[in-house]
Amino acid sequence: MAIVYEKSKMLTDAPLHYCPGCTHGIIHKLVAESLQELDVGGKAVGVAPVGCAVMAYNYFACDMVEAPHGRAPAIATGLKRALPDGVIFTYQGDGDLAAIGTAETVHAATRGENITVIFVNNAIYGMTGGQMAPTTLPGQVTQTTPYGRDVTVSGFPVRVCEMLSTLSGVAYAERVSVDTVPNIRKAKAAIKKAFETQMAKKGFSIVEVLSTCPTNWGLTPLEALEWLRQNMMPYYPLGVYQDRTGNEKGVF
Amino acid sequence: MSERVLMKGNEAMAEAAIRAGCRHFFGYPITPQTEVAAYMAKKMPKIGGTYLQAESEIAAVNMVLGASAAGVRAMTSSSSPGISLKTEGISYIAGSDLPCLIVNVERGGPGLGGIQPAQSDYWQATRALGHGDFHALVFAPSTVQELVNVVFLAYDLAEKYRMPALLLSDGLLGQMMEPVSFPEPVTQTAEKPWAACGHGNKRPHNIVNSLYLQPEELERTVRERFQRYAQVEREEQRCQEYLCDDADYILTAFGATARISQSAVDTLRSQGIKAGLLRPITLWPFPKDAIRRHAAHAKAFLSVEMNMGQMVDDVRLAVEGKVPVEFFGHTGGIIPRPSEIVEKVKTMAGGDK
Repeated sequence: MAIVYEKSKMLTDAPLHYCPGCTHGIIHKLVAESLQELDVGGKAVGVAPVGCAVMAYNYFACDMVEAPHGRAPAIATGLKRALPDGVIFTYQGDGDLAAIGTAETVHAATRGENITVIFVNNAIYGMTGGQMAPTTLPGQVTQTTPYGRDVTVSGFPVRVCEMLSTLSGVAYAERVSVDTVPNIRKAKAAIKKAFETQMAKKGFSIVEVLSTCPTNWGLTPLEALEWLRQNMMPYYPLGVYQDRTGNEKGVF
Repeated sequence: MSERVLMKGNEAMAEAAIRAGCRHFFGYPITPQTEVAAYMAKKMPKIGGTYLQAESEIAAVNMVLGASAAGVRAMTSSSSPGISLKTEGISYIAGSDLPCLIVNVERGGPGLGGIQPAQSDYWQATRALGHGDFHALVFAPSTVQELVNVVFLAYDLAEKYRMPALLLSDGLLGQMMEPVSFPEPVTQTAEKPWAACGHGNKRPHNIVNSLYLQPEELERTVRERFQRYAQVEREEQRCQEYLCDDADYILTAFGATARISQSAVDTLRSQGIKAGLLRPITLWPFPKDAIRRHAAHAKAFLSVEMNMGQMVDDVRLAVEGKVPVEFFGHTGGIIPRPSEIVEKVKTMAGGDK
């Protein structure tokens, strides 16, 4: 009998700890499949964040390093400088990447650090129980914005891909979503392209994945996907924000 | 050993790190460690190494974490306020059982303090280099030659025991020029089967991590680490003793202050007072065995430091109340004078007869 589908060998057999309906599992699968299809699992080193994906080191079957909160791009930088031919990626959430780790993110990007960042944006701090994130939308209710995010108090959400796309070191920046099957396929293509960008040594690559957090949004998984479409997509439009991969030398 | 050359402490230390096999240096500008980074920036590109100026001390120490996790000899240097920023990363490095070299060319504190030499980070270095139950190896050289020597030792022991090493220098040693010779370059470092360097489809995946959500697993890991620490305390205490064997009054001092204290000991001896100097080279592990031994015959100890009295705590712990332990010091930038130390010891000895 022909095998038409099997779990990626770049995922271990450890059971995922994510909440029901959370889209981290889909994104893990896309990263793992991309690494396997590019046949770089043996030279890949991933960096896990602090946040819901902290235990990603148990799930990806490549070598893994666990970072302090927000520091994953700096750790990836150290790894990449030591392993110039390695395929180095970070897997980070919005609090990790766009609040406490903003400096590490921006500077790895502007250096053109030849790493790949998988940025999971679900507009909330999930692991600590649903506090306001740098990407929490105006009016969005969280544990620390119980009356809805008031931009006159808490300021505005950060649009990461738009911000990073202004930097000369960014070879590839795309925002995708995993809310529907067609979008999941596009997300996979983007993640694979980001790794290929790195393998061709063209500079910094980031894929921002709009993701759901049914638990902390207080919605069912299906409602959460619809909430993502209705609320996140207008503020965080999908698309390619930077693509210098066509340049022979990338960003340099 | 190479022929002797005249070098500034900061530059000699950087050259020593390169010869000890360091090819990955991550820095951030701060006085008075500047020459370490400048030297690395000049040398590393010529030898295929990495000098990278990070966006912050926090980023720099995490780059060290990443490079060390990949299995190479990595290094960062800073001065006191910058070390405070690095403590987060150092805690993670210790919790991940990674070797590396961190240099603190100390200046005065707290806060911005001052940029003159100081030793006011002793507590931080030996007690509070980050959150959690852990130690780092802490070295306190007192000459430019010793700066060079302990860089080699620090890397070797850091790899042997899988823990971070901190080299505690100060603005005085860093800026001072002295003749040095360098040991032969290191060509082979310890095997690192734990490194996250890509498994090449040849072994299970390595995980460099400091998170243990199961309390039993965390305690088991920390206890295993403390067994290593116990071995370090048994085997790696280092100090230099100067005229201690018959001494009534033993001065304890580290780094630059020890040089001044040695002059004070000579003066006291010339005046008939049997003084000695016990100079810790490792601040952790603290050379408590040597101090305990001399506590059996000395009348008193005097800890001389460029701070308000920090190492004196460890001297008191080692002396275990057998004899009095006193303190003399100045804060950042005011170097204790030998004459002041002599006067202090004379007072302890009952004043001029």
